[in-house]
Amino acid sequence: MAEGVVEFPVADEDLLNSEASALPDSPAIYVSQLTKTYGQTPALSGLSMSVPRGEVFGFLGPNGAGKTTLVKMLLGLARPTSGESMVLGSPAGSLDARRQVGYLPELFRYQGWLTAREVLALHCRLAQLERSAWPDAIRGALATVGLAYRADDRVSGFSKGMQQRLGLGVALLGSPQLVLLDEPTSALDPVGRHDVREIVRRLRDQGVAVFLNSHLLSEVEQVCDRAAVVDHGRVIATGRLAELLGRPQVRVRCTGLGAEARGELSTFGKILDDEGWLTVSAIDPSRVPDLIAAIVAAGGRIYAVDPGQQTLEERFLQLIGDS
Amino acid sequence: MAIWVIASLTWRELVRRKLVLALLALTGIVIGVTGWGFSRVPSLHLAGHPLTQGEIHTAAAQLLLLVMFMFSFVLALTCAFLAAPAVAGELESGVAQSLLSRPLRRRDLLLGRWLGLSLPIAIYTAVSVALEFALVDWTTGYWPRLAIASGAALLVEGLILLTFTLALSTRISAITAGVISVIAFGTMWLGGVAGAFGQVFHNAAITNVGVATHFLLPTDGLWHAAVYAMEPSSFAGEASRGLGSTFASATGPTVAYLVWVAVWMVVVLGLALWSFEYREA
Repeated sequence: MAEGVVEFPVADEDLLNSEASALPDSPAIYVSQLTKTYGQTPALSGLSMSVPRGEVFGFLGPNGAGKTTLVKMLLGLARPTSGESMVLGSPAGSLDARRQVGYLPELFRYQGWLTAREVLALHCRLAQLERSAWPDAIRGALATVGLAYRADDRVSGFSKGMQQRLGLGVALLGSPQLVLLDEPTSALDPVGRHDVREIVRRLRDQGVAVFLNSHLLSEVEQVCDRAAVVDHGRVIATGRLAELLGRPQVRVRCTGLGAEARGELSTFGKILDDEGWLTVSAIDPSRVPDLIAAIVAAGGRIYAVDPGQQTLEERFLQLIGDS
Repeated sequence: MAIWVIASLTWRELVRRKLVLALLALTGIVIGVTGWGFSRVPSLHLAGHPLTQGEIHTAAAQLLLLVMFMFSFVLALTCAFLAAPAVAGELESGVAQSLLSRPLRRRDLLLGRWLGLSLPIAIYTAVSVALEFALVDWTTGYWPRLAIASGAALLVEGLILLTFTLALSTRISAITAGVISVIAFGTMWLGGVAGAFGQVFHNAAITNVGVATHFLLPTDGLWHAAVYAMEPSSFAGEASRGLGSTFASATGPTVAYLVWVAVWMVVVLGLALWSFEYREA
């Protein structure tokens, strides 16, 4: 793990184990000290991370952080300046790796003069699927992304959202072991975004690893098992989402507590008093009733209790601000 | 085989984008117009007398060379316009990303594109040249002495420019590749004219400009090979007396020159493959 990265022991232990294991158990993605420079401008600066198989992994970062550059390198669309990267146990960009990967590019464009069905057939052929499997694969992809009713229409007549749905269908062809989704909902309406979340969850249920490159933090928060935050071409935090978000907190709106009583509450966690709201962070959720009882016993009057957690957006902004 | 997948995709694109229809329609119009023109030649009079068969053949040969020069220009432009966006356009639009994320070798993509464009160009050339020659023969009785060789030279001239443009397309934008290619074609033609000019005035330096351009981008050299195959022997005789021009050639291409053309094609296609291999998508 590079210097300055927020480390979460459970996640890293899992990852180290998976790196050391035999080829079939190798991580979906393994990247070590990857650098990429465009002229004098660094896009990746020693990026290291690992994505386990069968999980949904969120890859977060501000614009220009190097997210799309990494995805392109994993597919061999761009070459690293230095470093090592493996996809499903094969060198990133190799034919073996690409055989097992589905990809929805950020810039999703398909042959406008083909129909949706023909685009999918082309990718069936390129993905080297058995011809007998094409009809089911195409029908399944069209149904999954909700485009069955436009299957025989030319792509040039599709809205951007429909083209993105088609791109998702293309990415799902051929039973991939890893699906790389680069901003998969950028052109979709709320219904489409919901559909994508359902598709991602279904992929996870089937044991497929999903690498979700997105700046829509709420989306990542809803579907991802793990996430990494990247800034200036390097990972600044990674781990299971719950760990990344930090420990739970509870906010209590109360009056009537003296300074001494507040001091005694510090046994429950770190106390922050903010205009009538008492925030107790890093509290064990099972101790919330005890906290409430302690406040009442100390003479406090309670108007509201808001158990919660730092949102991913709050955590993201904090990490980017600190980096 | 991946090359054929890409080649057939390219053919389907040419059909769906109505390029084939446009070429067929325009070829039909050109054949019709030139056919009418050639049909008038036998009824022409010179100094009050009808043309002799020899004069009809000479006039038909001159007109045929003019028509085929126009055809070679159209063919060159078609090749440049087709090849320029073949790789660059897909890289710019993002279509290439989805293709290259599949287990598809870059060389297969590029060779598939080359094949997918070359075969329709070959069919278009063969059909157009055969129709035009047949029309001239039917209306005037003139038939080029090396008809197949002239068609082949015109085709290879087009393929040379197609390969050159495709190589440029792996590195620079579609519009720039197309413009460079057309300018290069025009410059080589001018170089050929300069070479003929140098021969007339026995100026070695200017003559060498023509020779150099024939090797640098062998489009004009191949045009002269086509001219030699299409012209009557009397034209070749005049050209051999130092009166060579765009429409007359004293000799046919040497074997060494044809070998150079083949080497040129292989080397430039190889450079295109190498360039595309290292191009980021």
